[in-house]
Amino acid sequence: MKCGVVVSPGSNCDHDVYHVLKHVLGQETRFLWHRDSSLGGCDLVVVPGGFSYGDYLRAGALAALSPAMAAVRRHAEAGGLVLGICNGFQILLEAGLLPGAMLRNRTLRFECRQLFLRVERDDLPFTSRYRAGQVLRMPIAHAEGNYVAEDEELDRLEAAGEVVFRYVGPDGEVDEEWNVNGSARAIAAVCNRAGNVLGMMPHPERCAEEILGNIDGLDLFASILDHVGQRSQKAGLEVAQ
Amino acid sequence: MRARVTVYPRPRILDPQGKAIREALARAGFAQVREVRAGKSFDLDLTAADEAEARSLLEEMSEKLLANPLVEDYEISLE
Repeated sequence: MKCGVVVSPGSNCDHDVYHVLKHVLGQETRFLWHRDSSLGGCDLVVVPGGFSYGDYLRAGALAALSPAMAAVRRHAEAGGLVLGICNGFQILLEAGLLPGAMLRNRTLRFECRQLFLRVERDDLPFTSRYRAGQVLRMPIAHAEGNYVAEDEELDRLEAAGEVVFRYVGPDGEVDEEWNVNGSARAIAAVCNRAGNVLGMMPHPERCAEEILGNIDGLDLFASILDHVGQRSQKAGLEVAQ
Repeated sequence: MRARVTVYPRPRILDPQGKAIREALARAGFAQVREVRAGKSFDLDLTAADEAEARSLLEEMSEKLLANPLVEDYEISLE
């Protein structure tokens, strides 16, 4: 699998994602500078966390207009896989690749802690190694993760199955106490209609190695690897025929 | 041509910054303040043939970048 990690001035989770893809999973991985207008044939593009462009104007607003994001948009429209984590999720929202917006956390604080997520869908390229209803432990680290959208849009998201992870208590039940940023319907991650673009506030790359004491995030990357492997195998068979 | 665009959180949207500022004002002795909405303002100097063109450009840039129309309203004033 060929992977690209988009780097903007102020990205700070780019190396963590690179490490997981390259060294933990052994995949061909490269950094893509925000001024690059080509993704170099990547199967997966990750828009990582951080403070792109210093969070000027609104988190993600300026990065959303970078040349690299124009290329990410073309990649997404062609069915390519795109994963936005934390600030990367905010960038995908600002770019209009995913619906909704982020507000300041209701606690008014930067929240950096371990939370629990419930897997809402296990049939996506990003979640096939999980099972629906499974509870994961994953860290969050953000000040603007309070997901909002119009009520009708939220209803549509739910009906279309575009809510991928939700903040829950340890037993998997939605509990506002655990929805620390105040997200509408405790939404932690959403995908687009086609399911090839995922945005999530929690950090799977920070829990993808035994030494970190938590590997709940590893299966997200491994799911993508399975998906791309199956896809290229299928393409290979079609060529052979 | 000089213009000012002001951007505010939409009325139904929670404005935690405005709320925190109101609480701080109350602690500073200004209990008279019932509500604060915290926004941003942008002063722009732009080239446009006339006011109508300037206004249309400013609306477009507000929708596209200066404001996030999902959660913010904007106002345009021309000097």
